[in-house]
Amino acid sequence: MAGAMPPSFIRNNKMERSITSYSLLHDNKVIVNGRIIFYQENIIKFADFLKTVFKQEQLAYPKFYKMDTLSKLGFLAAELVLKEKSIEGYRPEAVGVVLSNSSSSLDTDVAHNETIRDRASYFPSPSVFVYTLPNIVIGEVCIKNKIKGENAFLISETFNGRLLCEYVNELFNNERVEACLCGWVEVMGNSCQAMVALVEKLAPGPDGINGSFKPLLFNEQNLNLLMKHN
Amino acid sequence: MDELILKLKQEVIEQLNLEDITPDDINPDLPLFGEGLGLDSIDALELIVLLEKNYGIKIEDPKDGKKIFHSIRSMAEYITEHKK
Repeated sequence: MAGAMPPSFIRNNKMERSITSYSLLHDNKVIVNGRIIFYQENIIKFADFLKTVFKQEQLAYPKFYKMDTLSKLGFLAAELVLKEKSIEGYRPEAVGVVLSNSSSSLDTDVAHNETIRDRASYFPSPSVFVYTLPNIVIGEVCIKNKIKGENAFLISETFNGRLLCEYVNELFNNERVEACLCGWVEVMGNSCQAMVALVEKLAPGPDGINGSFKPLLFNEQNLNLLMKHN
Repeated sequence: MDELILKLKQEVIEQLNLEDITPDDINPDLPLFGEGLGLDSIDALELIVLLEKNYGIKIEDPKDGKKIFHSIRSMAEYITEHKK
């Protein structure tokens, strides 16, 4: 498919702390490391979009279908990142996950409220209730990928690249992580957006990490560019 | 009983979001947990809600759950005995 890399990213020539893989999902389009891997016009339901992408990418994991939309979105975004750049060489405790969004788990909170607001038909669904916290998406990513490192879910009104960058850098500076997934995973109603990036401290390499994709410097500016690119 | 078993299979598939599984894929006599469908503890809670919501049956003693939810057939037998 056609390339989708905007020209203004800052490349990491020193290869110190880099975004070594990223994914962007927005309504009906998926971009992984600058390549559009999925695009479909006229998608009515976002849940169908996620399921279609999940099947296209052959990510066999039956529990995906049981997740709420926020977890499906974050899980899928993380899997697409890790499909391109494995973290298998790291200790489980050395990999962190720091995600953020604006609406927390409100979309699922509303779904849960629907099951309990009528006292005459009061049947709260356990499988909906367990997703009424935003950090559950981190749990799903960690379970699938055996990640046991530091994690946090940050809530801010709009995407805060500086906060995310500083938080992740602190984890690296304090040697709490050697690799970290970070980004933005937002779902509310039929509106959704995800940007997930893998940050690593890497030794120099002649051809980048994944052949055609060369790492981006991990900084606020590049995170903001990725979000706008979404 | 066969009609109830088929209905239960359809309800379990829908309630537990068992993607790509059809009623024919579920052997009514095989255990629901530990193998086969790969159900977990949250699924067990969903089955308790299913019994109450769809059949008006409330399980008072949690210890009974293991026997009731052993298989689709054991669920069907329990429903037949206790449906209000």
